[in-house]
Amino acid sequence: MRISRNFKGVTAGVTLAFSSVLGATAAWAEETIKIGVLHSLSGTMAISETTLKDTVLMMVEEQNAAGGLLGKKLEAVVVDPASNWPLFAEKARELIAKEKVDVIFGCWTSVSRKSVLPVIEELNGLMFYPVQYEGEESSKNVFYTGAAPNQQAIPAVDYLMEELEVERWVLAGTDYVYPRTTNKILEAYLKSKGVADEDIMINYTPFGHSDWQSIVSEVKTFGSKGKKAAVVSTINGDANIPFYKELGNQGVSAVDIPVVAFSVGEEELSGMDTSALVGHLAAWNYFQSVESDENDAFIAQWKKHTGDDKRVTNDPMEATYIGFKMWVEAVKKAGTTDTDAVEQAMIGISLPNLTGGMAVMNKNHHLSKPVLIGEIQEDGQFLVVSETEGTVPGDAWSDFLPGSMDVIADWTTPTSCGNYNTVTKKCSGQVF
Amino acid sequence: MVRLIVGLLLLWSVSAPGQAQEHDPLALELDKLAHTKLSKLPAQIDVLAAINDPRVPVVLQALLDGELYAKKSDKKLFIGTPGDDGSLQLMNPLAEASVDSAPKNEFKRIGVNNRMRFQLRNSIARINLQSNDPQQRRAAVLRLMDDLSPDVLLLLDETASSESNEDVLELIYVARALIILDSDDRLEKLAAIGLLKGNLQPMVKNRLERIVAKNVDGAPVETDPVIYKKAQQALASIDSKVRLYQFLETTFFGLSLGSVLLLSAIGLAITFGVMGVINMAHGELIMLGAYTTYVIQLMMPDHLEYSLLVAVPAAFVVSGLVGIVIERCVIQFLYGRPLETLLATFGISLILQQAVRSIFSPLNRSVSTPEWMSGALQINPVFALTYNRMYILVFALVIFILLLLLLKKTTLGLQFRAVAQNRAMARAMGIRSQWVDAMTFGLGSGVAGIAGVALSQLTNVGPNLGQAYIIDSFMVVVFGGVGNLWGTLVSAFSLGIANKFMEPLAGAVLAKILVLVFIILFIQRNPRGLFPQQGRAAE
Repeated sequence: MRISRNFKGVTAGVTLAFSSVLGATAAWAEETIKIGVLHSLSGTMAISETTLKDTVLMMVEEQNAAGGLLGKKLEAVVVDPASNWPLFAEKARELIAKEKVDVIFGCWTSVSRKSVLPVIEELNGLMFYPVQYEGEESSKNVFYTGAAPNQQAIPAVDYLMEELEVERWVLAGTDYVYPRTTNKILEAYLKSKGVADEDIMINYTPFGHSDWQSIVSEVKTFGSKGKKAAVVSTINGDANIPFYKELGNQGVSAVDIPVVAFSVGEEELSGMDTSALVGHLAAWNYFQSVESDENDAFIAQWKKHTGDDKRVTNDPMEATYIGFKMWVEAVKKAGTTDTDAVEQAMIGISLPNLTGGMAVMNKNHHLSKPVLIGEIQEDGQFLVVSETEGTVPGDAWSDFLPGSMDVIADWTTPTSCGNYNTVTKKCSGQVF
Repeated sequence: MVRLIVGLLLLWSVSAPGQAQEHDPLALELDKLAHTKLSKLPAQIDVLAAINDPRVPVVLQALLDGELYAKKSDKKLFIGTPGDDGSLQLMNPLAEASVDSAPKNEFKRIGVNNRMRFQLRNSIARINLQSNDPQQRRAAVLRLMDDLSPDVLLLLDETASSESNEDVLELIYVARALIILDSDDRLEKLAAIGLLKGNLQPMVKNRLERIVAKNVDGAPVETDPVIYKKAQQALASIDSKVRLYQFLETTFFGLSLGSVLLLSAIGLAITFGVMGVINMAHGELIMLGAYTTYVIQLMMPDHLEYSLLVAVPAAFVVSGLVGIVIERCVIQFLYGRPLETLLATFGISLILQQAVRSIFSPLNRSVSTPEWMSGALQINPVFALTYNRMYILVFALVIFILLLLLLKKTTLGLQFRAVAQNRAMARAMGIRSQWVDAMTFGLGSGVAGIAGVALSQLTNVGPNLGQAYIIDSFMVVVFGGVGNLWGTLVSAFSLGIANKFMEPLAGAVLAKILVLVFIILFIQRNPRGLFPQQGRAAE
């Protein structure tokens, strides 16, 4: 009897202690700030997006090592929307409504961002979008740390026109919203510079397109008319690899017909044999080869984190880095992770970028960034051949499209609108 | 005596620096090159190109190829080829003797941009006009045709007088004719246009087009009517030739697309034809063949040239075995139930995709193309055949012929055809139909694996490779008629050619859609395809 009473007592005590420890750990476990990572880890865009997931994980690790945020640890919640655009929206909803993340770092293609936009606005989430895009959008819930067309496409075309004296243009893109809108803007821009209709050739291919024979042959013919021709490529994902291979096979060299790409960076080149690509160009706001103290430190940190000396850094990684650091600053400034407070605190935040200058978050939710044009070298790195003097502030609404010339985005009070028409003085609300 | 000594000393002091000066120009300019900023490099390249020294083209070529390095410590220039271990094999450009190898980080490469590459190619071309190799001379003349100026005419005339190679001489005459078209001599111009008739070089066409161009008000720019008419005729002959070659080129593209479709569909034609089994995992069997190529290349990194030859039988075996396993474990229980077979094989395709994702990685794998398959055969300036597509076309036809022989001439083939035509009767004749089923499935899957080897050279190798080709394979089999290899051949090539002829007109996306719409309409009229199975036993 005595033994069993003791036994019961001991069991009760142990159970109590155990559950209180569990309860405490559970309570402690809830003391994290959750960060959602919404990048494709499989499918046609995995070649570009996987490295961004790794970047966010590295920044979370760094922030936790520095003591976390607001006294809590950061926890990354990673999902795989698998290059499936409707799945992006579902996963975004899962991250915000179920996992209760306070911020999402995600998306690459504009179609994925457009899928996610209604969900983010409905649930009042917060997303940082780190990739160059076509503009024509500004959402209260999204911060665009990648380039707008006036920070990438337009300066690239200027470089081709002025430095390389290009007179005939092939606008080749993947068939979705980003290349279609960018090409609309570029066509309007080229025509405003006096380029004739027959000197512009526009071409669209599906995601993952691998049979480039006819198109490269057409480009060759287009470029052999005596005037210098260039290709402005908005081809996204792994379709780039057979495209460049076919250019190499059919003997189109960068000296004859240069290709300037907006979605090809160090990461996309790291998996391919770049000997046929030497001399082709890309336009970004950052290259791994830029020499600055911040960049050297970032590259060293990245190689240590991945444990792989051959991993490369690229522009969307820099945008993720800037976005993350700015978000941390804004949360500290606002004292909370609440979306509305952080959103207001973000505007005006400035911190060093990785190319030796300062990145500033403007009131249209776009950054001011320097524009760099780089040439592909044998080792898959870029040689910077042109750069802007200072930073160029991002313009969400293009000055070259008739419907957007008069529109601005301004999220500060009193305007507080993403599509504010300065002529009619009306806010037209989000266009999904 | 003293005067003699002084005189000798003077002589020596005058001649010694003279000797040193013989090396000075190149060494001096190379030294300057190491210290020149990117913006001032073009001018320095011009200075170098003007020096008459056999070592100059070597240096310029190294600069063009990105192989010219400056040592960080003393800015001395070297030509370097990177070794495997981060070192550089160095060569002194002044002495043309191999120096050493040294770690790569002690050197900074001298980078050039596109403009400078253009300039370097032209400078090298001018020097190469005197080269011993006729191919180099030919390439040099072609390069200079892009940049015709009066001093080039003098250079070409000089070369023409001592040129022995016919090809090169012909090109030089074309280049001279182009330059003459800019002169004022009427008779010479007419003779030049006569020479240029039918010439397919693009700059010839452009130059002739400029002669027949019209003003804003419709009047011709060229005032002399005889010259105008002759230029028009020359242009017409060029245009008709260009059209012919473009037609041939599009046909080649269509045939190569057709060969890809044939390879992916023929395995399906066999399994679908003989067994009536709808195999949704066929795309994944192709994908397994492509991954086999990747693994073989990993296993023999030093012998990439032979990797494909090893990969073909390996992929056949791997995919064939997987096919037999699928047949024995899943499909044999579902005979006569097409819907269940479809669902079951769809599930298997998902399993195979995820298995590959887990074993390798969700990202694409890089498969290298051997040297002998890269590049193109340039038949004339407007018609080129890429080697990889040519080899795959031939390969597809060889596989097709082998399969045809297998089916028509071997016992196994006889048994396949017997079971396909009338299973009950075949069994009555003593044929083990179950074993034949397994072998058929294995053969169809093995051929899919071989198709994967070919596809690894043309497209990205990733877990989703199969998804891109399954629809096309079914399309070809349905269009061509089930159970007939010739039907598959005709259907694959006709669909490939149709797609490629429509592509320049409608774009890649719309061309595919139109082909699918056409097939749907065709099937309405001929549900059994182009070459349906004959005989009473066929349903």
